[in-house]
Amino acid sequence: MIVQALVFYLFAAVAVGAGVMVISARNPVHSVLFLILAFFNSAGLFVLMGAEFLAMILVIVYVGAVAVLFLFVVMMLDINVVALRHGMLQYLPIGAIVGLVLFAELILVFGSWVVAPTAQTSIMAPIPAIDAVSNSHALGLLIYTDYAYLFQTAGLILLVAMVGAIVLTLRRREGVRRQKISVQVARRSDTSIEVVKVPSGSGI
Amino acid sequence: MLQIGLSHYLSVAAILFTLGLFGIFLNRKNVIIILMSIELMLLAVNINLVAFSTHLNDLVGQIFALFVLTVAAAEAAIGLAILVAYYRNRGSIAVEDISMMKG
Repeated sequence: MIVQALVFYLFAAVAVGAGVMVISARNPVHSVLFLILAFFNSAGLFVLMGAEFLAMILVIVYVGAVAVLFLFVVMMLDINVVALRHGMLQYLPIGAIVGLVLFAELILVFGSWVVAPTAQTSIMAPIPAIDAVSNSHALGLLIYTDYAYLFQTAGLILLVAMVGAIVLTLRRREGVRRQKISVQVARRSDTSIEVVKVPSGSGI
Repeated sequence: MLQIGLSHYLSVAAILFTLGLFGIFLNRKNVIIILMSIELMLLAVNINLVAFSTHLNDLVGQIFALFVLTVAAAEAAIGLAILVAYYRNRGSIAVEDISMMKG
């Protein structure tokens, strides 16, 4: 029990610290790296809660794909960080006020909140015992049966996002000579060879 | 204190969510940091969903978190693609420059 508590406080503290650094780091590259740290520690929290599959998905999807995408974009765009940070402290008070109000609201809600006694009767899919069915197996049993349509829709959303990202960033530059393989393959002898009758002694 | 329950996880999620909101205010000129703050807020929501799923012994919360993750990934990809296209047209990503409907 004490090990679990210590691990929880370690993960939570590092995640919150990394979150603070994400929004306050001077260099956007450092922000992305701290975001990766926050995701790793949240994955640790997920493992602690018994959601191993989501933890691994979080590491693969966020750290492996989203954060690397952020890193690429930050490094690709030549941005003037100093100009973007100018006037940052001007918005600090109102941001702090809004943040504190929201945080106080959340704490008030969490402090005065209890689970309804009837909540136990409205469980859709009880978590099976971990020694009988593993977390990934149990999720798979649900996703591929009851939530199959939602699962397909999620795949469709990802497909649309992929096509959209490609369409948005694809650009055709003018004045660039490219190899057009289809034109090369479609060449025929009558369009590329000209037979000339040369009279002897006069040249072409 | 040593008994880790639902309220502990909810507190962490609340802190992360507030940090994300605060980041939007703090870096309101830099679109990339704003996108990262939104990712932080979505992460906090996911922690909430999984915490409730574990506490109520209901697996559907984790499935919902999975779909939130999918949409968040799609949102990040599209957002960054728009950002790259915008930077190519205007040469800047400052938020106050994003005021025209036509590029």
